[in-house]
Amino acid sequence: MMPGIATFADAVLAAPLPLAAINWHSFFFVLFAALACGFAVAVVAAENVVRMALYLVLSLGATAGLFFLAGAEFVGAMQLMIYVGGTLVLLVFGVMLTAQAPFVSIKGSGRDKVVAGVVGAVLLAVLLQAALSVKAWRAPAAGVVADPAATPIGMALVGVRVDEPGVGAPARNVRPGYLLPFEIVSIHLLVVLVGAAYLARAKRRKIPRAIDVAASAEPPASVAEHAAIGRDRQRSGSVLAGGR
Amino acid sequence: MADFLINTLGLPAWLAWTVAAVVAAVLILHVIAGGALVFIWAERKIAGRIQDRLGPTRTGGKFGWLQSLADGIKLLAKEDLMPDGADGMLFRIAPYVSFCASFCAFICLPFAFDVVGQRLNVGVFFVIAVLGLEVFGVILAGYASASKWSLFGAMREAAQVVSYEVPLGMCVVVPVMLAGSMDLVTIAEKQAGWFTNWFLFHDPFTFVVFWIYVTCAVASVNRAPFDLAEAESELVAGFHTEYSGLRWSFFFMAEYGSMFLVSALAALLFMGGWNGPIPVATLLGLSEGTGDTAHYLVRLVGLANLIGKATLGVLMMMWIRWTLPRLRIDQVMTTCLKYCTPLAAAMFLGAMLWQIALPGGLVPVLHRPAAEIREGWLPGPGGEVRARDAVSTGDAVSTGDAVAAKVAQVGS
Amino acid sequence: MTLGLAVATPVFGLITQPVSVAHYLVVGAIMFVCGIVCMAMKRNALGVLMGIELVLNGANVNFVAFASPYLQGEGSRSLGLDGQVIALFVILLAAAEAAVALAITLNFYNNHATVDVDRADDLKG
Repeated sequence: MMPGIATFADAVLAAPLPLAAINWHSFFFVLFAALACGFAVAVVAAENVVRMALYLVLSLGATAGLFFLAGAEFVGAMQLMIYVGGTLVLLVFGVMLTAQAPFVSIKGSGRDKVVAGVVGAVLLAVLLQAALSVKAWRAPAAGVVADPAATPIGMALVGVRVDEPGVGAPARNVRPGYLLPFEIVSIHLLVVLVGAAYLARAKRRKIPRAIDVAASAEPPASVAEHAAIGRDRQRSGSVLAGGR
Repeated sequence: MADFLINTLGLPAWLAWTVAAVVAAVLILHVIAGGALVFIWAERKIAGRIQDRLGPTRTGGKFGWLQSLADGIKLLAKEDLMPDGADGMLFRIAPYVSFCASFCAFICLPFAFDVVGQRLNVGVFFVIAVLGLEVFGVILAGYASASKWSLFGAMREAAQVVSYEVPLGMCVVVPVMLAGSMDLVTIAEKQAGWFTNWFLFHDPFTFVVFWIYVTCAVASVNRAPFDLAEAESELVAGFHTEYSGLRWSFFFMAEYGSMFLVSALAALLFMGGWNGPIPVATLLGLSEGTGDTAHYLVRLVGLANLIGKATLGVLMMMWIRWTLPRLRIDQVMTTCLKYCTPLAAAMFLGAMLWQIALPGGLVPVLHRPAAEIREGWLPGPGGEVRARDAVSTGDAVSTGDAVAAKVAQVGS
Repeated sequence: MTLGLAVATPVFGLITQPVSVAHYLVVGAIMFVCGIVCMAMKRNALGVLMGIELVLNGANVNFVAFASPYLQGEGSRSLGLDGQVIALFVILLAAAEAAVALAITLNFYNNHATVDVDRADDLKG
């Protein structure tokens, strides 16, 4: 038994299938890329809108994995936090607020699908051509491990560039950061917060909504009958008002 | 560990790394599963005692030690039901989504100085982000069950968790600001020494922030008094009404895993992590430099320390659960949006101002200044970057220090 | 067997060679196109919203790829911090856009009792 295991271990270690040759960075890239693209296609293919949301979550989560692999941990964590944890929960929330059986899957027409498919294929061809045509982009990664980017990003957002000091600015060895865009985005988010609350507020309306009309329609006869029985029992002093 | 395998056992690098990764993953899995076993037993005992009962007493000897194991076997043997109208695929994977989120957050949770699955320089951010994904499993479960109770539970959970992420994030930012790093290891190491170094006692604002964090953490892991998603008095069992057997227990493992996780996070952010109230290892003369045995002993003491603190946190959550009545959903949202968020924002500002005025904290004599890293990044009057005391802390592993050192190089 | 080999060989080539920026660009392109097709095909307003998220995400993949020093070949410089910061802004604006679009969708649903975008033809003469 034991020699068998030892032989097996030797065979695995010395196998012609060069496990040692695997570049693990590339391996995980292929894994995450396949997940991201596969679920992106699944989003398009799915009819049920809740499943689309799930596939989108998985696709964006795998993209966060790609960001981690590219050395952009902060962007990856941000993607998980804001995109997957915030935006998509919001989306699913919206799906559930509007999810009634007829709307969960609204099928597009066949013509739409064909046109979208053709346009998509052409666009994909153009983009792939563009992506693969530049030689410098196809050069294999030299694998320069950079410093973690969270701190420089934080400093850059408050206006100080500590990552590449001195480039093209001999007098000051700090380059202008992103203070202004940061402030603009902050104001933008505030405006969006107010605007979304304003749009979604409960308001009195002059024209009744379609669902309200449906809800305020005359109740079926049996309901009215039950209510009448209940009233009678109450009047006659029965303890089990409304019961039969 | 991979180094050990490569150097001592002579394994090839790829095999060593794979073995190390598998061992780390299995260990984390056991922390969650084993933790859930212990905590479920503890929950039963504590609930019993608080309600003037005994709790389990027979299974497995005197204190009912084996109760949760017996529960587990019962759950395994249960029939795995699925409602007729359910969306099969979503119904099946929902518990795993929940569990995976809880599990992934453990990846970069350090248990002691070197005992961490993957040290990440945005560690605390990653943990909070991944923990937020747990809500997806719950929402999917609620939707896919095709049951009104489940859907109500899921809606409540979605609203609650997304809202509570805001004050939770604000609370977490305060220790990050004090430590000048998002790396959990660095944050914990900044609080080394006596308990006066803990960020909990750094200034009055951080003390308040800690209690806001506790509130939000309890809410974000859906424990009573915030367990609106499974309010059994109104919603039968909320989002997991339709679940049974193993799938149901996955939800519970995820819940207990997240409870442990937020408690450990509280310990790391506010209570020094593995740096105890009393620096036992240092007092005994065990430090990093004194050899291999001491090295491992220090790690072991730190590990026990952190797990002890996290367990205390979990026990406190149980105590709260069996003491306080459940809030209504509007009260839950009011607590978050009208009290926790403004209070956390005010405390954040306060802690910032305190940091400017008294960087040494409340007890500056015993306290190591925590803010020296950022000094190096401020551009001086002449445009040169001052690198004062930039790398004086000695832990050159800190990412902030590395950046500051780089700045210092360029500046000189 | 032949088919298996035909699939396995390029995959094995992929996982033994270091990745380049172009790999990321291909992933970004596929996600972008999926998003465009999703926007064109879905009649559910929320489906269209998901398409937009995919498009923005595809663009983000490209930004991060160009920003990463790790992926650059010998001698070429990365975008550095700029790419990452732009990716961050894109994520933030996507969140803002989703919030507003969702509010609009809910309003639309309240008024029309549907989320089918083809039914929003009130202004048609």
